[in-house]
Order: sequence, then C-alpha cells, then structure tokens
Amino acid sequence: MITRRNFCKKTMLLVGGMAVPLAALELFDPKKLLADKSDKDKVRWVFLVDTTKCVGCGFCVKSCKIENEVPYDANVTRTWVERYIITKDGATHIDSPKGARDGFETSQIDLGEGKFLDIKKEDISKAFFVPKLCNQCDNPPCVQVCPVGATYQTEDGVVLVDRSWCIGCGYCIMGCPYGVRFFHPVYRVAEKCNFCYHRITKGMKTACVDACAFGARQIGNLKNPDDPVTKIIMTERVNVLKEEYGTKPQVFYLGLTKEVK
Amino acid sequence: MVHGELWTVKELFVYPNEYIYWTIQIVMYPFMTGLVAGAFVLSSLYHVFGVTQLKGIARFSLVFSFALLPVAMLPLMLHLLQPQRGIEVMMTPHFTSAIAAFGIVFSTYGMIVASELWFVYRKHFVETAMELRQLGDRTFSQHLRHLLFSALTLGAMDISEHALEKDEKAVKILAGIGIPVACFLHGYAGFIFGSVKANALWMTPLMPVIFICSAVVSGIALCMLTYIVTMEARKLIAAWKRKQYPELPSPEELKSAEVHVVTMTAKYLIMFLILAITLELLDLIFRGYTAVKSWDILRSVIYGRDFVNIFVIQYGMGNLVPFIIFLLPRLTIKRAVAGTLMVLLGVFMMRWNVVIGGQAFSSSFAGFMHYHLPIWPHDMETFKEGLFGALTVIVTPFILFWFLDKVMPVFKETH
Repeated sequence: MITRRNFCKKTMLLVGGMAVPLAALELFDPKKLLADKSDKDKVRWVFLVDTTKCVGCGFCVKSCKIENEVPYDANVTRTWVERYIITKDGATHIDSPKGARDGFETSQIDLGEGKFLDIKKEDISKAFFVPKLCNQCDNPPCVQVCPVGATYQTEDGVVLVDRSWCIGCGYCIMGCPYGVRFFHPVYRVAEKCNFCYHRITKGMKTACVDACAFGARQIGNLKNPDDPVTKIIMTERVNVLKEEYGTKPQVFYLGLTKEVK
Repeated sequence: MVHGELWTVKELFVYPNEYIYWTIQIVMYPFMTGLVAGAFVLSSLYHVFGVTQLKGIARFSLVFSFALLPVAMLPLMLHLLQPQRGIEVMMTPHFTSAIAAFGIVFSTYGMIVASELWFVYRKHFVETAMELRQLGDRTFSQHLRHLLFSALTLGAMDISEHALEKDEKAVKILAGIGIPVACFLHGYAGFIFGSVKANALWMTPLMPVIFICSAVVSGIALCMLTYIVTMEARKLIAAWKRKQYPELPSPEELKSAEVHVVTMTAKYLIMFLILAITLELLDLIFRGYTAVKSWDILRSVIYGRDFVNIFVIQYGMGNLVPFIIFLLPRLTIKRAVAGTLMVLLGVFMMRWNVVIGGQAFSSSFAGFMHYHLPIWPHDMETFKEGLFGALTVIVTPFILFWFLDKVMPVFKETH
C-alpha cells in the first residue's frame, strides 16, 4: 500500500532524479564546443597603430572628443598621443599636453606643475609619437572588477560601459593598467574608448581612424583573414602594451620600442 | 572640471586620464571596516575563548561593533559618483568583482552581530518590557518604549535559568561563527586592493592578511579608548550621583575594574600589533629583495616622497612608540589613552599610505601624483571627498552608540 509519506518520498526522488540529467544538459553549451565552426563569420574588432607614421598632430584626439561628446576642454580624453624624446645620455622624456588635443605646439617637454624642459636638438638620439586608446582586452580587468556588471564585453570583443547602470565607484579605473578610463564630467560615470562602436557596427571607421591623415591608425576584423589589418598583424612584427598584466590587449603596435610605457 | 582634478597635482609624465580617484573616503572605508572587525574579535575573546578578564569590555565592544557597522558602508556611499545606484551592488551582484562580495559578507556579518546582541540582551528586553507593561498609566514616551521593547523580545518571554543558559550557548556559537566572518569582512577589503594587478603597491597576496591584523589592532585600540573615556564619564557621574544614592559603586571601585581590563586588553593589542608590523615589513623587504620592474618607482615613493608618512608617522609614532608605551611595566590609564590614540593614528596612516600612496605614482611608472585633501568644502564633492566628509564618518558611530546604549545598556550589570 502506498502511504502518503511514501508517495511524497517517491515523488521527490523522481523529481530529483529527473533534475540531475536535465541540469547536466544545461551545462553543455554547444556554442562553446571546440568542434563548432559556426563562428567563422563572427567579428573580433582589433586596432593597429603604426607608430612610425604618427606625427603627433592630435587630429585623432580632437575628432574623438567631438564624436563622442567628451567635453572639449576637459582634461580627460578617450584617446591621446604621447611624445617620446630619448636623449643621447639615455634619458627618456615623455609628455602629452592635454592628451595632444592641439598637437605639440612647443618643443619643450611638459613636466607638470607648470614646469617645462628645453631639450637641445643635438642632444636628441631619437623621438617619436605613440597614440594610445583602450586596448579592448580579451581578458579585461575592468569587466572583472565592476561590482554591478555595468562594464561588459560584447561578443565582437569591444568593452562597453552602461551609463545608466554604472555606480561610479572607480574600481574599473583602478583596475586598468593602461589608464584609459576616467569619469565622464557630465554623466559622472566611468568612460572610455569603445572603438566608436556606434560607427564600426554600421560599417564605418572610428572617428580617429577617419581623422588620421597619415594612416597611423587602422581598425580591422581579426576574424577576417582578408582584412588588411589582420594581414599586417599576422605577417608583420607587431607588439602590444604591457603584456605582462595578462590582459591580452587587442590594440597592436608597429614600431613599438622599449621606452614606451 | 573633471572628477579628481581639483585635488590632484601631477608631476613628470602621468597618463592624461589619471587622477587620485580614490580619496579620503576610501581611506576611511578600510579604517572603519577594520574597527568593526576588531571590536567584534575583542568581544569574541570573552564569548568564545572565555577570557574572563575581558568580560567588562566584551559587551561594550559588541555593541560598539554594531554601532560601527553601518558606518563601514557610509564612506563607500559618500564616495560613489552615483550614490542613488549604490543598492545595485546588492541587486545585481557581479560575482567576479571583489566589491560585489561586500553586500553578502556585510549583511551576513550584520545578521550575526544582531542575533548575538539579541541573545545577550534578551533578558534585559524582557525585563524592561514587563516593567513597562505593569505601569498603569504610561506616558507617551513610556508607551513608545513599551512598544519598542515588546517588539525587541520577539515574543520570547521566557527568562528562566534554563532559557538563559541556552541564550548563552547561542551567543557562544554566534561569536564563534562571527570571528571568521569578521575576518573575512576585512580580509576581502584587503582583497579589493590586493587584487588590483594594475597597481604595483597594492598587488600583493599579503594585503588581506595585513588588513585583518591591523583591523584587529585598530578595533581593540578604539574599544579601549572609548571604554576608558566612557568609564571616566561614568566615574564623574557616579561621584555626582553618590551624593544622593550612597549605595552606588564608588569611583575607586570603578577605577580598579577599569585598569584591570585595560591592562589585559593591551596585551592582546600588542600581540596583534606585532603580527601586523611583521607582515607589513615582510611585504616591504620582499618587494625590495625581488625588485621587479615596479620597484624603482615604489622605492622612490616609499623611501622618498612618502618617507615621513610611512616611516615617521606610521611606523614610528603609530607602531614603535605605542609598542614601548604598552610594554613598559605598570600601565596607567593616561598612558593607555596616549598609546591607543597613537595606535589608531598608525592604523589610519597605514590605510592612508596604502590608498593614497598606491595612487601617488602613474601607471606609466614615469610620473607622480600628489593628493591635496580638500579642507573647506565649497560644493558637495569637496565636502564628500574632503576633511569634513571624513569627520562625518568618524562622528557617526559615536552618535549611533549613544542611541544603542539607550536600548542595550552596555554597563547595566554594574549599574
């Protein structure tokens, strides 16, 4: 005879027993199986910076500010250009006044606190410019540390910030080894370069790429073998910034030297 | 002006977006959380490990820990640029983030302390509720008190010997669970910093342990200090009241109890102080010995720019001097007050040197940033991230403690 207690027990066992294989099924995500080749048409946005071509005009910084509504006079920027002057005594001098928004108007190096350094031309051993922007890391520390998930990574690899969700704690700013993040002066939430996501997803180039008259900046799709950027990354000697942090940056540099910080 | 620009001065090459983003409130946050954890550990020494000499301060530190609890969250709220969204940390926790653990650990810990307090004070709640119930015509305030205390009993009116024994057992169990949770609460505050791999000063697995040890030190020190101050106040009140009620304990009786408790507590303080200093020095020596890429800039900050803050104020005034003060024989109340004040200064400076010192150099390793603490507030931001914001955080637990003492009298037994 089936008692009520027995019935309950058996029902529980049955439900539990059925739940186990069902749960196991859920653990399998066919999309993530290595054998799956269906993602060949997908996109992975990458950036290529040719430091040998950059002249430090700052058009990229200007265009970025205008395109992305970062207040023009605010001392923060989504992208900037650094000037490196290495003197014959081996010293490295770096500056980026206002992120090079107006280019480099003087040959003096900005030391901060209103001080400037004059370097004689004959003392210079080499000098060059390095544009910087968010590295759209494959292993982004900013996404890892965001306590509310306001910073997230899209499937095509771009890291975005949800302005309506960010609480403004600054943990992502602290977590980024590249110093690309800042608080937007108007929206008062974390802000950074997003590869002009609103443009690239419509088939356009980023504002900075469009503004660069020298071809120092290029954006491409790493998953498309015919993409000129992909071809360069695959065949030339490219490098990334601060690889030691394990962030797997997706902004590749041509002509990067050891002095670049 | 962008956030941080007002109080940051840059020198040499600093990335354009870098400013001192984590300011005094983030110094206050681990400091206050540390006090919470430390106060709880002190009370547990009696409840769990049966250190009966600490009975006098155990109940006090438990209530004080509870008063400090909401204040651990206050600096975080004051620091957020979107404080109205702060609750989202609880609503949409992102489990890869160390801060997201805050909500969970904090509420778990809060519940443990609240339940422990309830068991400790249940007898008092019941007695007070019964007393008020028996009053025929209650005034409005008495009526409110009656409602409050009746609610606080949660309907458990049994205060027989057997029931109270059970209460004591529950307190012991809760305090036992509370110790690891309290350590975790502060350990993960250290983890928040220690896991930021982009910051060369913070990035060390020792950070959570260092934070826990200094937390216990600061918590014990603050409890000692507040205990002494409260006892002094009680002595004055007792002397004044004895004129009317000679049966009350004399100031001398109160004083002897006080010295005894303070000497015993000081021993535990010294123990944790040694542990904290050892770990901090170990971290420093290890960094110097391994001298990885970041050591050049760290060395210039530690031994150069922050030398006074680290070696003179933190290690010298905050650790060495109180160490001597407490180790010298025949500890007096005055010396204990001086010692605890200096220990608190030392722990505060440790937090300062970690939080502000960690941002004193650029991620480029080629430049420096200086933090100028906003003193007089001229807008909400300079208030929140300035001296007065920090003072607000410091004062709040004492106000809360005063209110809590009305409901849960800390010194009831000796009244």
